Amino acid sequence: MKGAALNRHPHHHTLTVVVENRSGVLARVSGLFARRGFNIQSLAVAPTDDERFSRITIVVDVRETDPEQITKQLFKLVNVVKITELAPADAVERELLLCTVVADADTRSRVLELVGVFGGAIVDVGYADISVMLAGEPAKLDDFEDLVRPYGITELQRTGRVALPRLERQAPRLRTTGKAS
Amino acid sequence: MNLTGAQALIKSLEMERTEVVFGLPGGAILPAYDPLLDSPIRHILVRHEQGAGHMAEGYAHVTGRPGVVMVTSGPAATNLVTPLCDAYMDSVPLVAITGQVPRPAIGTDAFQECDTVGITRSVTKHNELVMEPEELPLVVRQAFHLATTGRPGPVLVDVPKDVLTARVKWWWPTDEEVVASLPGYRPTVRGHARMIKEAARLIAASERPVVYAGGGVLKARAALELGALVELTGIPVVTTLMARGAFPDDHPLNLGMPGMHGNYTAIRAMQEADLLITLGARFDDRVTGRVDGFAPEAKVVHVDIDPAELGKVRRPDVPIVGDCKQVIGELVRVLGGGGDAQADRSAWRSRLSGWQERYPLHYDPPAAGDALKPQFVLEALRDAAPEGTILVSGVGQHQMWASQYWRFTEPYSWVNSGGLGTMGFSVPAAIGAKVGRPDRTVWAVDGDGCFQMTAQELVTAASERIPIKVAILNNAYLGMVRQWQEMFYAERYSEVYLSPDLPDYVKWSEAMGCVALRVEDPDEVQPAIDKANAVDDRPVVIEFRTDASEKVFPMVPSGASNSDVVVHPSQAGDARKVVQ
Repeated sequence: MKGAALNRHPHHHTLTVVVENRSGVLARVSGLFARRGFNIQSLAVAPTDDERFSRITIVVDVRETDPEQITKQLFKLVNVVKITELAPADAVERELLLCTVVADADTRSRVLELVGVFGGAIVDVGYADISVMLAGEPAKLDDFEDLVRPYGITELQRTGRVALPRLERQAPRLRTTGKAS
Repeated sequence: MNLTGAQALIKSLEMERTEVVFGLPGGAILPAYDPLLDSPIRHILVRHEQGAGHMAEGYAHVTGRPGVVMVTSGPAATNLVTPLCDAYMDSVPLVAITGQVPRPAIGTDAFQECDTVGITRSVTKHNELVMEPEELPLVVRQAFHLATTGRPGPVLVDVPKDVLTARVKWWWPTDEEVVASLPGYRPTVRGHARMIKEAARLIAASERPVVYAGGGVLKARAALELGALVELTGIPVVTTLMARGAFPDDHPLNLGMPGMHGNYTAIRAMQEADLLITLGARFDDRVTGRVDGFAPEAKVVHVDIDPAELGKVRRPDVPIVGDCKQVIGELVRVLGGGGDAQADRSAWRSRLSGWQERYPLHYDPPAAGDALKPQFVLEALRDAAPEGTILVSGVGQHQMWASQYWRFTEPYSWVNSGGLGTMGFSVPAAIGAKVGRPDRTVWAVDGDGCFQMTAQELVTAASERIPIKVAILNNAYLGMVRQWQEMFYAERYSEVYLSPDLPDYVKWSEAMGCVALRVEDPDEVQPAIDKANAVDDRPVVIEFRTDASEKVFPMVPSGASNSDVVVHPSQAGDARKVVQ
């Protein structure tokens, strides 16, 4: 699995791109990637807390393209407001997976056990199958996929990753609070 | 004040100080043509929308003001795609207004509907479909702002017919409102002070520096600053195809044009330089040849207003994002303020002048009875050109000869299609240039292949009394393709022959309202040019029958390193000794 291999040996960078929330902006971004020959591994779009803007999270393979050039070209789009580029070590990354797994009387308990181990949730139950939701690091989702595949996956969707920058580890020095002068 | 959308559109163009619109009406844009009748804006009715686009480019090239185009929807918009792409590649400020089908019809495959913003997205700096009539003035202001600031480029505004007929309350946004409405657009104009100091340090220490001046110098209107930098440092300059005229050709430090068909000394100087002071240039493949063999010993200072150009092709040692005028001015100030002493460059200058002496531009004069040499025609045109003449060219051999053999002495006197290489550019671009600078003589140098692509715009020129002059170098071939087939395809000529007589260029030009002359003999060249220069009330076309076997030299073969430049065969013997 190409995706799985990439998650374990990260050569990807995550770009979080804040864009104006206008029609056609996603087409501008995806068109730019097509036109310049940049490869997208995943792309997720969501509104932000400010309704004027949306956030596009794009994962690119940095072995094929210089991420700096991607960032600069993206910035040339008039509707792109802000770009944060995150290397895997600088980012907290999460992804959501939904899948339907064959789970008949023989296998159901083992599948449920796996879901429990991974901290997933059952979101739907059928006669001979169940639907599972799992959120986590992309590599963990890969592991889950590998382990449930022998039981039979009938549907699987992943959202593509979203990311935030890692926070400062050191405690801030205590500041003396005094009277405002 | 209540207006129709159409009235608001035309009023917005007036508020942006538009003098002239190049266009052609049709169904969807029809409402906008009514208020145009009452406007002081001059409209030039073209014969094909592509012509309107190139005219607007020619206008913008020589005036520095944005060219404005207005056409209808569907096929008119698609006919505009080539000039938009041309303007995008050469960073020409353009504002294009296209009609669109009424809003309720969008997406229904209505008559003359096309996805104009979708189609033009990758060939414009920005485009916008106006869905709210109230937004029209703001979108027009944004378009002019985007087209003319930062790295200039074409901006398209697509206006549905029912937006043009709707009633709108007139408002004219302030500068602050325009800037606030574009939160993602903040071009960097001022160069970083520390980087400029670092560049000055590299410049002072360099022993074999070359100033590599590109079109950005002209776009930033920085020719004066460039001149000051060269005078201060004594560093030689190459001017790219897009920068011809940015530094005078008659200056001893001008080495000419670099690149595939550049001057030998310009090419060689860059190859052996220890520093390239890159100003508003973008390491285009036609300049660099094979990139990994380009200027192998050079450090690079790269100044560009577009951050994406820094490191796109060649990683700079000192990247400076900023406007060339501002940054070069600052460089001059830092370098002039003392500090590091300039390195000794006398050895470098003597090597350069050695190459200049040994490898000047050269063509063999014709034997008696032979066809005209195209270079000879260009020299004759150049020597007879009135002061301040603007030269416009199409694309191909004639373009390279024009750039090589003309003597550009001032900025904005050269108009051509560099990045996209659009055949058919010259006639309409010359018309636009003449509209922008009616006080100047405008010569279009064209090939016979190019001329056949857009010649119909001479009808526009004749009917609008725009007296441009056209020199067709008719070698009856698609000459540059012929040259490649001769040199690289073992003289297997495939689909390049056009015929010297079909069409009859004189009859055709006369039918379009031009004075037309045909020249076949060297003795007829001068009288014909004198006659053409004297015509001032209508367009003139001279057809020069030229030698089809003539090739453009020097030449860096495609994919080769610039170190393997091929000089004129008569110079080849000793060239090998120099290049080793």
